[in-house]
Amino acid sequence: MSRFANQRKSKSFSESLLSGLALATILATPVFAAAAPSAPSGADTGSDTSAGASTSTNAQDLITKGRYVAAAADCAACHTVPGSASFAGGYAFQLPIGTLYSSNITPDKTNGIGNWTEAQFIRAIREGVRPDGAALYPAMPFPSYARMTDEDLHALYAYFMHGVQPVAQAVRPNGIPWPLSMRFPLTVWRWVFAPSPDAARKSAERSFPTPELARGAYLVEGPGHCGACHTKRGLAMQETALTAQDGPQYLAGGAAVDGWTPPSLREDPRTGLGAWSVADLTAFLRTGRNMRGSAFGNMDTAVHHGTQYLTDDDLAAMARYLKALPAANGAEQNWQTDPAATRALRAGGKLTKGQRLYLDNCAACHRSTGAGYAPAFPPLAGNPVVMNAAPDSLIHIVLTGATLHGTQAAPSAFTMPGFGKRLSDAQVAAVVTFIRHAWGNDASAVSDVDVAHLRKRLTPSTMQSAPPTPIDPAPAQPGSAPRAPEQDVSQDTSKPATGPVPTGHLPPEDALHSAPQPAMKAN
Amino acid sequence: MAEKTLPPVDVVVVGSGWAGSIMAKEMCEAGLSVVMLERGKRRSTARDGAYPSSLDELEGAVRYKLFQNPAQTTVTVRNRSDQEAVPYRRLAAFLPGAGVGGAGLHWTGVHFRAPPQDLRLRSHVIERYGRKFIPEGMNLQDYGVTYTELEPFFDKAEKVFGTSGEAYTVNGKATGKGNIFAPDRSDDFPLPPLKDVYTAHLFRHAATEAGYHPYAMPAANASQPYTNPYGAQMGPCNFCGYCSDYACYMYAKASPNVNIMPALRRHENFTLRSNAHVLKVLLDSTGKKATGVVYQDAEGNHITQPAGLVILAAFQFHNVHLMLLSGIGKAYDPASNTGTVGRNFTYQNITNSTVWMPPTRSTDQFIGSAGGVAIDDFNSDNFDHGPLGFIGGSPLWVNQAGVKPIAGAKASTPGAPRWGSAWKKAAIDTYRHSFTINAQGSNMAYRDVYLDLDPTWRTSYGQPMLRMTFDWKDNDIRMNRYVISQLANVVKALGAQDAHYGMREPGKPFDVRDYQTTHLCGGAVMGEDPKTSALNRYLQSWDVPNVFVVGANAFPQGMGYNPTGLVAALAYWSAHHIRTQWLKGNGGPLVAL
Repeated sequence: MSRFANQRKSKSFSESLLSGLALATILATPVFAAAAPSAPSGADTGSDTSAGASTSTNAQDLITKGRYVAAAADCAACHTVPGSASFAGGYAFQLPIGTLYSSNITPDKTNGIGNWTEAQFIRAIREGVRPDGAALYPAMPFPSYARMTDEDLHALYAYFMHGVQPVAQAVRPNGIPWPLSMRFPLTVWRWVFAPSPDAARKSAERSFPTPELARGAYLVEGPGHCGACHTKRGLAMQETALTAQDGPQYLAGGAAVDGWTPPSLREDPRTGLGAWSVADLTAFLRTGRNMRGSAFGNMDTAVHHGTQYLTDDDLAAMARYLKALPAANGAEQNWQTDPAATRALRAGGKLTKGQRLYLDNCAACHRSTGAGYAPAFPPLAGNPVVMNAAPDSLIHIVLTGATLHGTQAAPSAFTMPGFGKRLSDAQVAAVVTFIRHAWGNDASAVSDVDVAHLRKRLTPSTMQSAPPTPIDPAPAQPGSAPRAPEQDVSQDTSKPATGPVPTGHLPPEDALHSAPQPAMKAN
Repeated sequence: MAEKTLPPVDVVVVGSGWAGSIMAKEMCEAGLSVVMLERGKRRSTARDGAYPSSLDELEGAVRYKLFQNPAQTTVTVRNRSDQEAVPYRRLAAFLPGAGVGGAGLHWTGVHFRAPPQDLRLRSHVIERYGRKFIPEGMNLQDYGVTYTELEPFFDKAEKVFGTSGEAYTVNGKATGKGNIFAPDRSDDFPLPPLKDVYTAHLFRHAATEAGYHPYAMPAANASQPYTNPYGAQMGPCNFCGYCSDYACYMYAKASPNVNIMPALRRHENFTLRSNAHVLKVLLDSTGKKATGVVYQDAEGNHITQPAGLVILAAFQFHNVHLMLLSGIGKAYDPASNTGTVGRNFTYQNITNSTVWMPPTRSTDQFIGSAGGVAIDDFNSDNFDHGPLGFIGGSPLWVNQAGVKPIAGAKASTPGAPRWGSAWKKAAIDTYRHSFTINAQGSNMAYRDVYLDLDPTWRTSYGQPMLRMTFDWKDNDIRMNRYVISQLANVVKALGAQDAHYGMREPGKPFDVRDYQTTHLCGGAVMGEDPKTSALNRYLQSWDVPNVFVVGANAFPQGMGYNPTGLVAALAYWSAHHIRTQWLKGNGGPLVAL
């Protein structure tokens, strides 16, 4: 057996050696060597002073750091189509003006950003300007990314140039008709709404009571671009606040994106995160679930691509920063459980339509108490998402269901089935109204017209498979090959597995593969 | 049809049920590259357990959604060697699964450890009753592994499965109201027992009154939300009764899909290929070393997957079939009682009895889970067999698994008409006020009960079908009738209005048309003697030492308990020795010949 074991060992050793050499060659270019970082946080280079080794180690550390920054900035969520090569673009944004496709940001020289200099790369990220001078659509959250440090962007550039596989996939032309396709108004938009790099830097460097809060503010306001969804946008689609300094509308809940309404992340006790502890938030960002709720819709994607890979310290910093945002609406009372609904459900007998529908469709997992069986099945009682002033998310999830993907720390996927085929608009309205009123919840009623409106905007059944994993869950070994894009082998292709070379992950066994998918039709 | 050879991997695992998933996880943890081949399709709770559409008795239990398609491949069956076997084309007596998760997806979840004496039954019987007690023609054997050796692996499996139960002793100290016949444990169950349903509650009281020792059946149905050592999460069982034949929509019934796959899939060195039907294990010119497997994919291509280690972890008889088709080990010859592959094929000796309670007692049979209440007073060797003259035993239990509408309508009431208003009345009465007590007994191995390749019938893959030669034998019939006769004491204490005792009838042959159980065992058994076992005590082929064969095929005889707990423990036991010994050695036998 020793031969067998040795063979494997030598194979992976030679592979590491080869990729290590290749990397050292790439990195021995003057530009890159000169730009070696000064011990960025999270990339401790140790005391190795041997030139060759240190070049390679530093460069690898830089790529590892860049990979981490890419996760913190959640690049993959928009630039990767689930089941396709990482960062090759083509992800569709259905906007009122037409369809926008994300760009290929792999280092492919023809289709991607392989020819971009670091300065061009940084300008695109911070200012939303392409090397050819054209303006990017503000779907790219450059007003937030403007706050990112030179150090992080330097590492990010190294990662995209040397840690990502080039993919020769042409960018799909946007489906936006003329005259809306003209980009010059975007330039005006940028002048009006996006902070200048100087202004952003100044704001980012404001003082905080603790370094932890400063770090949390940086991650949330900068790379994390939480406000892109969780802050309301103005008439010109600009975020009405970009930082905690800009007032109580910051992260006070956004308008629906893809039919999901992002809730407030402020201290509002019912509709925000007032009842959540730092530990609750950290668990949520790490695993997509905790004892108070589960991620769904676009937040599942954000956890899947981004937050699950952040360190405990960074997640705690984000949590503490969010917990320091005072409630936007001072009038909200703390949620308190009211046992009336539970009593009615348990007593049976004469039930309202909503109560009856709840028992028949929801109570198996969410229980007659509304407490669920967290973290597997989230509570509905006291859940801020349920009490959101806008019922869209709740209607949406009842109609289509949702999959909570597995993460490194919580590998199980859980899927709530959709009830859109089973329940009429009036039935969905009745059960959602019941849930919004039961157990001490106090949100507004929902009408069948609300349900019909949302149902019309949901397109049936595009196949869902796992979003790819952009970064290596484990710290990359120096000299190891960049992670192959995640393969979707759900079609049972006979993909050869080749010894110890990473063969990519499988899609979650528990993702919906054929159920209606909550993609939105353009109105 | 194309032929293709893929790059080699370290390990190929055939089958994605409990045995295959455990072995694949362990091999991935050891850093080996693993390809798992599953003949069926991909399955997930999201699709196959979607609520409420998956609660469909017609689809699940009548049209057999999760089971093997007997048109593709099946077995032939006969009772005696002088008969001609015919193919089993309509699933009934036993239901082999197909698809990712295998039988581990459609099982109920009853999760036992093996009684220590069952693991060394031959030695135990000789010690207690003498060699002459073993009837002529019975191939009674030991497993070659003891309970003490397996205990850490039983414990590990329970923690992975999220098993609910109540211990009797932990590290020698009495801890609860568990089974007084159960062996000592190193740790408690990971979850408390499921609550007794009403009928189980009635049985518990009646059994106590009759002087027996009832206990909560250990069940891999989570009694609470649970996170296992792999980080996989389960919801809690809500007693809906859709366990056996279904994917559990509550993520509460342990399955490879819920409890192992989420973690297994995260190993970069793991690849799962479904719709991959393995045709044979390839051997080198010496016949002493496997070089990989060849399988047929969904398009009919024949794919060769070279591998350094081959783990057969398909369903019991598929493992035996693959060994016979590949020439691994010597085929069993009943005439000379030589050869080992196909030897000691056994089943489980189950009969069901029904009791009718007074009309004031509603038995709520729609409720169900893998839990229940059992007595072990007549299981294993927990009672004196000396005056009885048979070997083996049977637990008795109320394991109310949820009577669904079609099954409820098909349930018969002795003496009632088969149609009309009188039938209706009887059916309603039976559904509302009756319940079932099962006697799930052991089945001993006999010289003329075996598996071999059918000389006539071929599968859709062009290979000879596996042939079963099986019948009930006097020892096992007498065991069943004795245990059922003891049930009368419990029925009396129940205050039942009527009872129908289901028991094996002498002279009535094995009949594949009625569902009995899918607990098929043996055919490639483990042991200490290569003349009587195909596998050594580590489940390694005596003949081809880089082939391990994991599953209930390794049981030398059928026990009274459900097999999955022992299958899982043996898988972890085998994997442990592959990891700690075989991988560090020269690839040879772990037990010297």
